[in-house]
Amino acid sequence: MTPAQTSRGAEAMDEGGQQDFRVAFDGVRLQRGKRVVFRRLSCGFPRGSISVVLGGSGSGKSTLLRMIGGLQRPDGGVIRVADREITQLSERELFKVRDRIGMLFQGGALLDSMTVFENAALPLREHTQLSDSDIEAEVNRRLMAVGLSDAAGLYPRELSGGMNRRAALARAIVMDPEILLVDEPFSGLDPINVRRIEALLVDLNRHLGLTLIVTSHHIASSLRMADRMVFMVDGIAISGRPGELLASEDKRVVEFLEAESDGADERRELDVTPPLMRDGE
Amino acid sequence: MRIAPIELLGFRSLLLLEHLGHAAFFGMRIVFSLLAPPLRFRRLVIDVFDAGVLSLPVVCLSGFVVGGTLSLLGYTTLVRFGAEQALGPLVGLAVIRELGPVLTALLVTGRAGSAIAAEIATMVTTEQLDGLRMMSVDPIEFVVSPKALALVLVMPLLTGLFILFSLLGGYMIAVGLLGVDGASFTTTMESAVEFSRDVAQSFTKALVFGCLAGLIATYRGYISEPTAAGVSASTTSTVVIASVAILVFDFFVNGMWGV
Repeated sequence: MTPAQTSRGAEAMDEGGQQDFRVAFDGVRLQRGKRVVFRRLSCGFPRGSISVVLGGSGSGKSTLLRMIGGLQRPDGGVIRVADREITQLSERELFKVRDRIGMLFQGGALLDSMTVFENAALPLREHTQLSDSDIEAEVNRRLMAVGLSDAAGLYPRELSGGMNRRAALARAIVMDPEILLVDEPFSGLDPINVRRIEALLVDLNRHLGLTLIVTSHHIASSLRMADRMVFMVDGIAISGRPGELLASEDKRVVEFLEAESDGADERRELDVTPPLMRDGE
Repeated sequence: MRIAPIELLGFRSLLLLEHLGHAAFFGMRIVFSLLAPPLRFRRLVIDVFDAGVLSLPVVCLSGFVVGGTLSLLGYTTLVRFGAEQALGPLVGLAVIRELGPVLTALLVTGRAGSAIAAEIATMVTTEQLDGLRMMSVDPIEFVVSPKALALVLVMPLLTGLFILFSLLGGYMIAVGLLGVDGASFTTTMESAVEFSRDVAQSFTKALVFGCLAGLIATYRGYISEPTAAGVSASTTSTVVIASVAILVFDFFVNGMWGV
């Protein structure tokens, strides 16, 4: 990456060699029944960066996001989100932390009794004193940003998979969060929608400076958009820049990357520059 | 080998106690969320419509048929003793004191209670409740409380309608089909039914059953496993547990009221 192409997050990581983690896990343990999900998980997600969490099915990627949001408590260890240790917080206290987080669930999690507009307006109606006209303007702005201006009056059941994901993204960012958690944004989408969602996420990171934490199976997209990659395996995390992970000789990483990207040749051909940046923006 | 059944009994008993404790705590959270602003009036109106208005046909039709059946059965017995003039009090007291509130509660639990449990369980499965939490919106305050309150509010109203249609059905069968004197049917019923005792008991039962159905339906939906089987299990268990609870509480209310 040239300096002009470097994202804000990458700059933050490079300056002085110090990493300003917006989210950090330290020795986190989690067991479900007899299955150990996290043995001793320690990793960090730098401020303003795009971090992609990779790993096989059942490796705990979604659980990791749920823990950041306080939806799942660990058995032990420390999780810091936006400078607060959250593992011991009550539900009410967690609400204050969540005010700074947006989350895009894998299935969208839109309320199916509400239209796309009402879904996106819900956080504003709940947490601000904005007038109806201001809320309408703000929501329309977000829907336009995700390309759903014409779908405001539709119900979630009337949306395609890609539209559902974008509507959920509009709702997740309507309160201008500092951290955006994105769970498997590309699963089940066609290549055009994958590119569209990818471009939206990169755009959010570049223009709003959001700290993005994305879980994904999609190696090509991950390598294009990530400033940092976290590979989940055997209950621990292996993290680094995309180039570092590609060059890794760790057998587990190599096997996963080769299997998921359908061969090493494809890996070498992948362009790690985010799509919007290639467009000269 | 002989310990195993006792261990199982102990385990089941502890599990039941744990569920009762959780349900009681859950009920307290509902009450507290209803007492604290904001009152979600729009959602309450929608839930009252779903639980109440959509239950009207089944409640009215069932009431009419139950009243008619009571008249038919009562008449064939009473006429043997030349006591057919007691048909009005029989239908009136049976419907107002017992059948009205109990059958309405069972019908509403089967129709609206199961629907509420299934809806909340589906919201758990599709992460809609987690989505609300991530928006710092309490799902109990936003989703659960209006639905529980709706069941409490509609139960006495639907019970009143059930009773009305039962009396109408009983009257039409007795007078129109069996040839009982209409004036005698109504006047003997009027003199037999005491408002302060019979009607008050009926609506007290309806309120208690509304609370039970509201709590059980929302609780079972809320603790559902996030799977299709979980949704199914929460719906089934709502109908079974609420129906049994309604019959058990009916027994105790009757006992306390001194029948």
